[in-house]
Amino acid sequence: MAAVIPDHLHDHHHHGPTGLMRWITTTNHKDIGTMYMIFSFIMFLSGGVMALTIRAELFQPGLQVVQPEFFNQLTSMHGLVMVFGAIMPAFVGFANWQIPLMIGASDMAFARMNNWSFWLLPPAAILLLGSFFVPGGAMAAGWTMYAPLSVQMGMGMDMAIFAIHIMGISSIMGAINIVVTVLNMRAPGMTMMKMPLFCWTWLITAYLLIAVMPVLAGAVTMVLTDRHFGTSFFNAAGGGDPVLYQHVFWFFGHPEVYIMILPAFGIISEIIPTFARKPLFGYASMVYATASIAILSFTVWAHHMFTTGMPAVGQLFFMYATMLIAVPTGVKVFNWVATMWRGSLTFETPMLWATGFIFVFTIGGFTGLICAVAPIDIQLQDTYYVVAHFHYVLVAGSLFALFAGAYYWLPKWTGHMADERLGKIHFWCSMVFFNITFFPMHFLGLAGMPRRIPDYALQFADFNAMATIGAFGFGFSQLIFIVVLVKCVKGGEKAAARAWEGAHGLEWTVPSPAPHHTFEVPPVVK
Amino acid sequence: MRKAGGENRQLLIRLAVAAFVMFGFGFALVPFYEQICAAAGINNLLQPDRSAVNGQIDESRTITIEFDANTHDLPWQFRPLQSEIKVHPGQLVQIAYEVVNNRDYPVTGQAIPSYGPKVAGQHFRKLECFCFSGQTMAARERRTMPVVFVVDTDLPADVNTITLSYTFFEVAGTQASGGDAGGRS
Ligand code: HEM
Ligand SMILES: [Cu+2]
Repeated sequence: MAAVIPDHLHDHHHHGPTGLMRWITTTNHKDIGTMYMIFSFIMFLSGGVMALTIRAELFQPGLQVVQPEFFNQLTSMHGLVMVFGAIMPAFVGFANWQIPLMIGASDMAFARMNNWSFWLLPPAAILLLGSFFVPGGAMAAGWTMYAPLSVQMGMGMDMAIFAIHIMGISSIMGAINIVVTVLNMRAPGMTMMKMPLFCWTWLITAYLLIAVMPVLAGAVTMVLTDRHFGTSFFNAAGGGDPVLYQHVFWFFGHPEVYIMILPAFGIISEIIPTFARKPLFGYASMVYATASIAILSFTVWAHHMFTTGMPAVGQLFFMYATMLIAVPTGVKVFNWVATMWRGSLTFETPMLWATGFIFVFTIGGFTGLICAVAPIDIQLQDTYYVVAHFHYVLVAGSLFALFAGAYYWLPKWTGHMADERLGKIHFWCSMVFFNITFFPMHFLGLAGMPRRIPDYALQFADFNAMATIGAFGFGFSQLIFIVVLVKCVKGGEKAAARAWEGAHGLEWTVPSPAPHHTFEVPPVVK
Repeated sequence: MRKAGGENRQLLIRLAVAAFVMFGFGFALVPFYEQICAAAGINNLLQPDRSAVNGQIDESRTITIEFDANTHDLPWQFRPLQSEIKVHPGQLVQIAYEVVNNRDYPVTGQAIPSYGPKVAGQHFRKLECFCFSGQTMAARERRTMPVVFVVDTDLPADVNTITLSYTFFEVAGTQASGGDAGGRS
């Protein structure tokens, strides 16, 4: 295996291949980070097109735009593409760019493996998106791929399963790389408790990935053997149990939602202190809160299964355990607010996104708590209320944090400040349209509108029309980001090494844009 | 802090082993789940129920039991020999279903019961049923299969009709095609 010490790679880079081959063979963490982010942005746009098609269908009651079968494929693939194609690779991209810069390492621990982790993703994406064009169409069992439906689908399901296997391997390799880098490659003097919080949250996320991605791989492997090799893990007729699938899936699934949010917490914890011009309030408690969220996340999975006929003690256990997780999450929110308290606040674009994140993510946390109350969730399960909840935590949480981080570090990546005016327009459009889209879904869910269904009863029409208008607004707002990106790469105000005057941390000690090779001589942290 | 390559490799191996162990753990959840279900007494679809608590018959109530039969991708003829009967709670009753294998080769099927309304399920005690095990039918075989049951006397007062519905599934692996919708053949 490519256990190369990156310092040795030094020379052969400058004389390495050029053009496309440079990107295919690169082992440089910055190149790979960039590729991860471009990939995830493309996936974000493809998932977005699916979402807008779904919303177009739901604009009015009745069937107008797509057939129900295709609608089911869209909802399922939208979820898979966004989770595994957009959000997760984007965070890995951030990790690639930032972790070595933040801890004063010259590259990731296993540079060659890093290249493989990335290049596994495009084939997986082709499998996923290509499955729309095979007989029977794409997988349509929901992103959760519940048995028995997933045992019955056509070959689109097999393609989705293989895609998940590949993406799982990629994530696990990426995670191992991150753990080893953070634990072994820190610059002298960079003790664990001096590490930027982004590195801490990613370290813990990486452990979560190593623990649960294989469980998902196991679950979909069981589906695969049930489909083709005569096993009966989930086939009731052969003595199996479809509910078992839900347990195995959510044993992965709940930690997975924290995999998607912990790095976001890390990004926000970098940005808030910079623009409050104060050190992060309660650094140590942030670290412990992250760790306890991660540990607790293994004990709550069945809160997705309150309606499967669990014994009452089981429901109570999972209900209280879920509520317990809200405590460390609350610690974080209070710490961010306390960091801002009496700080010299300014609201440049990254800070706007970060503050917006705290506001909307917290709403999502609260609706999570409401879903956690078993008797209430029995009413809410599989309604639009749940859709509202997880979009508040995933879009307004993970995605907003990604935008915050992108605006924050773009000067370091490109050497130019991003366009503040466009960035702010992007933020305000996203914020307003996001809420127009998803806030009404709470009411729809409370009134009983089921999710994943292409048609609905007439009384839901107004809120659905509103959500669709919001969704198109939100979708088109994202095009502003493309303009910002292009402008920022092409030119703009030159960024100083310390692009934000309140920023601390090693990444701001190297020039902007960060040169191809950084920290080949480790910096000494006092 | 910056460690030699050997240490990196050692950590890599340890983490990779952890990932493999977790892959196994996913499969270990299967027997674990079965144990928990057995211990908690849930999910015992395929086990005979305990017989009625007391032998008393509640003549004051008459419950209509409707019988329903379905097959899932299985070319068997499957039907109840009576579409409905009237029983008193506590009364031991025997009814029968008939099944015919339309194929020229043996097939194994498994019947899965369900109840409407759902709450009736816990008060419907089957003492004997063809659903307790898989049924292998010889080519073109016709068979009559009994169900013996008691409806509990503590059946909620608002339940006056219970539908017992069976669906026969083909047991996977007994025959080449798994049976599904869409692309596979
Ligand atoms: C305070 C923290 C949270 C609590 C108490 C919580 C609780 C819950 C509960 C009880 C459900 C199940 C609802 C149902 O299906 O009826 C749920 C669903 C969900 N949650 Fe959360 N949650 C929290 C945070 C998060 C975060 C941070 C994320 C992701 C970033 C997330 C993502 C999801 C997703 C994706 C689903 C829906 C899965 C599906 O059925 O497709 N949640 N949450
Ligand atoms: Cu959960």
